Amino acid sequence: MTPAYSVIFFTVASGAGYGLLTWLSVAYLANWWTPNAQGFVPGAIALCLGVVLIVAGLMSSMLHLGHPERAWRALSQWRTSWLSREGVLATLGLIPITLFVGGWLWAPERILMLRMSALATIVFSLSTVLCTAMIYASLKPIPRWHNPWVPPVYLGFALASGAVIAMCVRAFADTAPTSFMIGTLALLIGVWILKILYWRHSDAQDSTSTIGSATGLDALGDITQLDAPHTAANYLQKEMGFVVARKHATRLRRMAILLGAALPSLVLFEILMTEGFLHDILLLIGTASVMFSLCIERWLFFAEAKHVVTLFYGEKSV
Amino acid sequence: MTAVPDTTAKKLGLVIDLDSCVGCHACAVSCKEWNTGGYSAPLTDQNPYGKEPDGVWFNRVHSYETRSGKDAGRTVHFPRACLHCEEPACVTVCPTGASFKRAEDGIVLVNPETCIGCKLCSWACPYGAREYDADDGIMKKCTLCVDRIYNQNIEPSRREPACVSACPTNARHFGDFADPESNVSKLTAARGGYDLMPESGYQPTWKYLLPRERKAPASVLPMDKVYRKPVRDEHKSRSADAVAGVATTLKHNRATNAAPPDSDHSALPGANSQCPSGQSVNVASGTQFTTEPPDAQLTGWWRWIDRLLSR
Repeated sequence: MTPAYSVIFFTVASGAGYGLLTWLSVAYLANWWTPNAQGFVPGAIALCLGVVLIVAGLMSSMLHLGHPERAWRALSQWRTSWLSREGVLATLGLIPITLFVGGWLWAPERILMLRMSALATIVFSLSTVLCTAMIYASLKPIPRWHNPWVPPVYLGFALASGAVIAMCVRAFADTAPTSFMIGTLALLIGVWILKILYWRHSDAQDSTSTIGSATGLDALGDITQLDAPHTAANYLQKEMGFVVARKHATRLRRMAILLGAALPSLVLFEILMTEGFLHDILLLIGTASVMFSLCIERWLFFAEAKHVVTLFYGEKSV
Repeated sequence: MTAVPDTTAKKLGLVIDLDSCVGCHACAVSCKEWNTGGYSAPLTDQNPYGKEPDGVWFNRVHSYETRSGKDAGRTVHFPRACLHCEEPACVTVCPTGASFKRAEDGIVLVNPETCIGCKLCSWACPYGAREYDADDGIMKKCTLCVDRIYNQNIEPSRREPACVSACPTNARHFGDFADPESNVSKLTAARGGYDLMPESGYQPTWKYLLPRERKAPASVLPMDKVYRKPVRDEHKSRSADAVAGVATTLKHNRATNAAPPDSDHSALPGANSQCPSGQSVNVASGTQFTTEPPDAQLTGWWRWIDRLLSR
């Protein structure tokens, strides 16, 4: 599948935004991070950042449409379509998110409302990310997407990147608790292990279809394409015929793990072990590195995924 | 709307006979011609006269070649379009309800007024049936010529999809698969019509018919009887009957895909000496049997005659 930058940005940004809001809600409910004298300002910054990430992501995915002005129609088919469900949940989720952010900023004394909206924010955030993942996991013609590893990886990266941003904001304002830092790093590394398992699984996956089963000509023997129907690439080949060399993909995978897990570990180690003003810059570098690694991961998610339609254009098996 | 009907009254579709298809692309061209003025009009093109033309087509004709088996080296032309599946995931993934399957006849359509152009349906289709119109910003697909098959303004005999009307070899058959007595149902039963990529689980309505097995594939033809190379034996020139012999043999082989019957052998000079392939034997009249390909050995007028006969 051809990686579209708008979709990569959308899934990474809105995933991080929803993860961030989820953690802020959890921290509020658990009384770790409340709008008190110490937590109010960093909390407000983190909440606004979360909203910006979500809205920017949703806008990016909407601009990707051929007819953005008709986007409201996508809220109608939630009975069958994961994309529609995602749209519905993202829209409905804006209500508790608005209440939670508004409550934090202007009505921190209304604890019941804040608690209810925090709870609803968690539910809507996680279910929206799950719908995003299910859009991909439900597509049978793309074996690398149509497997049970995809939703946990999506959810995991949303939560991990959200936690990293939350930690970064908190550490900027004052000092984030050590347990928070170590917990975040453990989550991040855990999700990367999950991703590595996903790669192992999808690399070892048996092909579901062949050029012979796609055309039915396997009844005659081995088949090869003699002539394509057209001389230049058409929509199908441009959208679904993207191929990334294995060598290239392996290098990018290593780079993603390095930037997404190894570098943040070093940064955190350095912060916990030493004292100094460089911590702020290191934190920023670490957070940016995690976000960039997720963009690489998402690019690979598209680039490595083969669509069975390529079989008609000469691919041997998918 | 995007929920697929449990069952449809009719199951309209095509049977495509790969045995008859000659890969002329007439179906694809007539499809484009009809549909650029039809339900999903226009089917736009980008850069049509440039180096890399692109555009929306509902029907594409691939050509494949067999590389093993009895029929190795055989070309199979393969038209590909929407199969109007019984379980079309392209419909269920649609977030707007623009994609739908008609309960009355099973035709899968996109409403051009409500499609938002998210392209998800094209990802969900394993058969590459949907093509995005970059100029219109919406998805387009085969309509089974819904604006033709029910069209009261054209004579009843022409109320069939444009691709079916255009096919010069009758490789495309249009009918109702829900009716066991229909032409397409009978044809499917008689010739073992099959589904493309059955493992997709989409249950395509359209069926394909395999090319028939050739009685004597080219690879096992007794080549020593097909090509004869006349040689000037010392000072002897080609005799008229040798020319006639070559012509008769070639013609006969092309017609029956087999060696000529014994009765003809007596008419051919030196034909009684059966030689195994790979060997060359000089015979009295100056005609040589060989297994080399014709272009390698036929020269001048002989090549011209060979070409004439192979038409």
